[in-house]
Amino acid sequence: MTLLQVRNASRHFGSLIAVDDVSLTVEPGELRAIIGPNGAGKTTFFNLISGFFKPTSGAILFDGEDIGALTCEQRVQRGMARTFQVTEIFPELSVADNLRIAAEVAAGLRMKIWLGGAIRREIDARVDELLSMGNLTDKKDKLVGALSHGDQRAAEILMALALRPRLLMLDEPTAGMGDQETYDIARLIRRLHKQERLSVLLIEHDMRVVFNLADRITVLAQGRVLAEGTPDEIARSETVQAAYLGKAAA
Amino acid sequence: MNKAQRRAFDIAVWALLLTMPYWMGAIGGYTELATRIVVMGLAAMSLNFLLGFTGVLSFGHAAYFGLGAYGTAMAIKYLAQGTLLSMAAGIVIATIAAAIIGALIVRRRGVYFAMVTIAFGQVFYFIAFRWNVVTGGDDGLTGWHRMPIDLGLANLDIFGNDKAFYYFALVIFAICVAIMAMLLNSPFGRTLLAIRENERRARFLGIPIERHIWLSFVISCLFVSVAGTLYALLNNFTDPRALRFDLSGNFVIMAVLGGMRFFWGPLIGAAIFVALQDYISSHTENWMSAIGLVFVLVVLFFPRGVLGILRGRSAE
Repeated sequence: MTLLQVRNASRHFGSLIAVDDVSLTVEPGELRAIIGPNGAGKTTFFNLISGFFKPTSGAILFDGEDIGALTCEQRVQRGMARTFQVTEIFPELSVADNLRIAAEVAAGLRMKIWLGGAIRREIDARVDELLSMGNLTDKKDKLVGALSHGDQRAAEILMALALRPRLLMLDEPTAGMGDQETYDIARLIRRLHKQERLSVLLIEHDMRVVFNLADRITVLAQGRVLAEGTPDEIARSETVQAAYLGKAAA
Repeated sequence: MNKAQRRAFDIAVWALLLTMPYWMGAIGGYTELATRIVVMGLAAMSLNFLLGFTGVLSFGHAAYFGLGAYGTAMAIKYLAQGTLLSMAAGIVIATIAAAIIGALIVRRRGVYFAMVTIAFGQVFYFIAFRWNVVTGGDDGLTGWHRMPIDLGLANLDIFGNDKAFYYFALVIFAICVAIMAMLLNSPFGRTLLAIRENERRARFLGIPIERHIWLSFVISCLFVSVAGTLYALLNNFTDPRALRFDLSGNFVIMAVLGGMRFFWGPLIGAAIFVALQDYISSHTENWMSAIGLVFVLVVLFFPRGVLGILRGRSAE
C-alpha cells in the first residue's frame, strides 16, 4: 500500500500561496527527493506533512489513514520522523544521551520513572548501534553542541532513526557541509535506503546527492509541481531546465 | 566532574547536613537557622526541578509554598490534627491547586508563563491577606504550634526540642530530594531535559510537551508545598508573606545563585541566602540590598552560579 499520499494540498499565508495544489505519493521503500529553487515551498510542504500547520485545502494520508487532524507528536508516533533545515538537537547533553532519549521514547518508556536491568541493557545496545551507524562511537560522551556541524547533522539523523520510523523526512541534510561530510551523510542515507528498505522523503539542494540517491524526483517551483519522474527524466526535462536548472546556471 | 567526584560531593553534602546543628553554633548560627536552610533549600531545589531541569521559569512558586503552610497551620488550629496529617493536608491542597492552575497555563511559554504564575500566585496572597476571619489576615495565623509526633514506641518531641525538629525536617528533605533525584535519572526525567534543551526536537521525538511540562510543574509544586508545611511548623506561624511573589523571586535567586544546572546548586544558594539574610538583618534593615549585590556579582561574573565556579575549577 502507498505509504504517504498527499492529495491536492495547498497552503495559503494571507495572500501568499506557499504550496499550491501539490499531490505526491511515496511508496514503501522509495527514496523521493524534492528539489526546487529557494522559496519554492519545499519546507512548507514538509511542515504540512509533519503537522506544523494544517493545509488550507487538500488531504494527507499516511498508510491509508487521513492524518489531517493529528498533532505533530501523534504523527511521529505513527512512524514519521524528520530532521530540520537548522539542526535541532539537545546541545548541552552528550551525544549518547541525545540518542538515549530518542531510543527510550521510541521504546514507549517516556513515562517510566525506573528501568529494569534488561530494558536498560536493550537501550544501551540500541544507543551503541546508532552511534556506530553514524561513526560517532568515539565521541559519545562529548556534548553534542560541541561537535562539528557535520557530526551534529549526523546526530540529528540518528535521533530520527532511533524512532524506527516508517518514513524518514530529511530537510536539506547536507546544507552547509563540506565535500567529505556530504559524502558521509549521503552514504548513510543510501545505506538506510538500500539495506533497511527505509522510505525517505528528501529535500536537497546538492544535485550530486539528489541524482545519486533518489528513485524519483519531484520538482517544485512557486508552490506548484513543475515535474516529477526518475532522475534521468528530470535531467532531460526541458521544462525543468528552463525554469530551474537554467535559472540556477544564470 | 566524574562519577567518583560526584559521589564524593554527595557524601560531603549529606555529612554537612547531618552534623549541621552541632557546628552551626561555632560559626555564629543556631539550630533554627540550620532548619531554615534545609527548608528553603528544599523549596529552591523543588523550584529548580522545573527551572533547571525542565527549562520553565515560574515566579509563582510561593503560592504553593504558602498553600502548604496555610493548609498545615489551619489543619492544626481548626481541626486539631497531628503534625503529619496536617502536613498531608497542606500538601494535598497545594498540589490540587497546582494541577488545576498548571493545566490552565501550560501552553504559555517564557515570559508569559512567568507572568501568569505571578498573577495566580497573587490571587492566593490577596485571599490570605483579606480573609481575616479564617487566615488571620495581615497578622498571620497564630495561636497554634507544631505537635509532638507519636511514633508508637516513643514520642518525637519536635516542639520542645529544636534539634529533634531539625532532624525531622532533614528526613522529610531527604525523602523529597531522593525522589527528585530518582525522577531526574529516569526516562521521564530525561524527557524533561529534552524539553529544556530543545522543545521542537522533543516534540518531534513524539513527546507530548504540554503534558510533560504540566507533570513537571505539579511535581515541582508538590515538593515546594512540602517545604511550605515545614516552614509553617518551624515558625509555629504563617502569614501572607509566605504566599507573596517576592518569596517566589527569592526561590529563583537561590537557584540561580547556587547554580541551576546542578542538582545541589539551589541548596547552596539557599544556604548563602538564608545565612546572609540572618547575619545582615541583625545589623541593618536593608539586608536585601546586600543579597542583591551578591546576586548581581555572581550572575555577572559566574553565570553558572556558585557551584559552577567550584565545578569549573575542578574540571581544569
